[in-house]
Amino acid sequence: MSQTNRYSQMFTELNSKNEGAFVPFVMVGDPDIDTSVEIINALVEGGADALELGFPYSDPIADGPTIQKAAIRALSHKIKTTECFAVIKRVRDKHPHIPIGLLLYSNLVLKRGIDTFYQDAAAAGVDSILIADVPLREADRFIAVAEQTGIQQILIAPPNASDETLSEIGHKSSGYTYLLGRAGVTGADTAVNIPANELVEKLVKYQVAPPLIGFGISTPQQVADAIKAGAAGAISGSATVNIIADNLDNPNVMLDTLKTFVSDMKQATKK
Amino acid sequence: MNHLDSKFGDYGGMYVPELLIPALDQLEQAFIDAQNDPEFQAEFMGLLKDYAGRPTSMTLTRNLVSNPNVKLYLKREDLLHGGAHKTNQVLGQALLTKRMGKTEVIAETGAGQHGVATALACALMGLKARIYMGAKDVERQAPNVFRMRLMGAEVIPVNAGSGTLKDAVNEAMRDWSASYDKAHYLLGTAAGPHPFPTIVREFHRMIGEETKAQILEKEGRLPDAVVACVGGGSNAIGMFADFIDDLSVKLVGVEPAGKGIHTKDHGAAIGKGTTGILHGAYSYIMQDEDGQIEESYSVSAGLDYPAVGPQHAHLYDIGRAEYASVTDEEALNAFQLLSRKEGIIPALESSHALAHALNMADEAEDGSIIVVNLSGRGDKDLAHVHSILGDK
Repeated sequence: MSQTNRYSQMFTELNSKNEGAFVPFVMVGDPDIDTSVEIINALVEGGADALELGFPYSDPIADGPTIQKAAIRALSHKIKTTECFAVIKRVRDKHPHIPIGLLLYSNLVLKRGIDTFYQDAAAAGVDSILIADVPLREADRFIAVAEQTGIQQILIAPPNASDETLSEIGHKSSGYTYLLGRAGVTGADTAVNIPANELVEKLVKYQVAPPLIGFGISTPQQVADAIKAGAAGAISGSATVNIIADNLDNPNVMLDTLKTFVSDMKQATKK
Repeated sequence: MNHLDSKFGDYGGMYVPELLIPALDQLEQAFIDAQNDPEFQAEFMGLLKDYAGRPTSMTLTRNLVSNPNVKLYLKREDLLHGGAHKTNQVLGQALLTKRMGKTEVIAETGAGQHGVATALACALMGLKARIYMGAKDVERQAPNVFRMRLMGAEVIPVNAGSGTLKDAVNEAMRDWSASYDKAHYLLGTAAGPHPFPTIVREFHRMIGEETKAQILEKEGRLPDAVVACVGGGSNAIGMFADFIDDLSVKLVGVEPAGKGIHTKDHGAAIGKGTTGILHGAYSYIMQDEDGQIEESYSVSAGLDYPAVGPQHAHLYDIGRAEYASVTDEEALNAFQLLSRKEGIIPALESSHALAHALNMADEAEDGSIIVVNLSGRGDKDLAHVHSILGDK
């Protein structure tokens, strides 16, 4: 089951090199299917340690305007879930070792059937699934299918989480833990609050899967700060997607800018 | 963990980002405490009576029904302050907001009715309201936008997505994710994540309780059916709640069939939708084969929502309630008929319930008693209906 081990392999390797992980997020199918594949390849070439990929959804309540617009661009071509999986498969075939996570909304999973969705994800080469609108309280039936299909169910630790919640995440998390840098929705405009060492210490105490900080990460300095605070790495979504949005008319500049951005952010993960 | 049931059968639940769970738990606890607190109840009841004008009347129609042996009553929520049933539950939630020590209120609105209700409750309680409204709706509902602003609320147009109610809900939930420390999300219908469907039902259940007492006083027996329109389903669940255990009373919800239930332009989530998750709850929703949410449509903005409250989904599945649908045209006919025959101009939403109740009355046995929840008055719809009908 090499698939289930891609995250732990990544963390082991990064530890040995004394580095944190940099994980960019983009929306599958943004701005169109073929460009999307090129974008994801550029992220890997730029030095991404893992990929966090969104499936476009019509009503993304946890996302700010940047990610919502990415979803709207993808959906304007009427992209189907099946085509999203095909994109993942193309990326997986080209990059057999990089961990690939999906970040999406519950209704896409439910409509396909939880079992079918997770099986299709596993077949496409997905390592983890994070469902933005499934809190711990509703997560058990998704976690059960994840375990059967060899997918890691990623759980979110919000900055306001109670000890009870953190303890439950400790018992149920696998792959990595998505540590919210702040309240609110995704977006690069409102900067991350790098959590006090206290919170990271608590995460260690409750033995949660390695925490990657997301929400509001847009500069190398924030990546460096996140890792200094004890996080295993950082996820950057809106800042990455902004580069796509700003260069829709010029794909070559878009891909070059993405590569440079990822490379700069990755550089900042070195301790 | 939850102290109240968060689900109705399989429906409902709390499908929201983890970040919002503490805010929903806090709300649930505040609601439980308030329900058990005689002071809270006294203040709520006092406001309903002296500020909002409860109990509302029960009117026996004189000219509407052709069969003289069938009685059609109207529960007159249109007479409530604010012009619709919505005032009930916004007063309750505004009191809860104060109880939680919060000073701000976030709300979403489609036609603007819930926005207006929220604005009046916030003006009364000294709360700061910001109300999200689809940009298209802001244009279509200028008088309500003015009403909200007049009462001190900030109205924020939402351009994302289709620029209508569901996008306003998305935006309100986003705002709440960043502001729950001092803001309460005053959700406008019996949908959304737990505990909203339960809170909204309990804060509207006096509609059914009063109906029961009034009909017993007038007729000495329970009605054969109670009929209410269903968008999200708040006025319907308020009417149904006290009758659920009275199995002789038929519960009838009426969804908007728009331009026809066989077209794409309708809002019949139960009639034509499938099960899925929207805005935090598992219920019947309108979606494509991948689970992308579809646009709903109705001549009545208050029914134009691509989902239905989870308790309605459950009542439908277990067969306790039945759900019909009525087209724009039928609703417009009922709108005119009630105006002409009884001198009451109903809201377009309530006209849906009325249209179906009239069909029921035509087929009913002699001696039948039917109650329609006339959930709101039609003043807000005059310009819209005028533009459709012309000067006929």
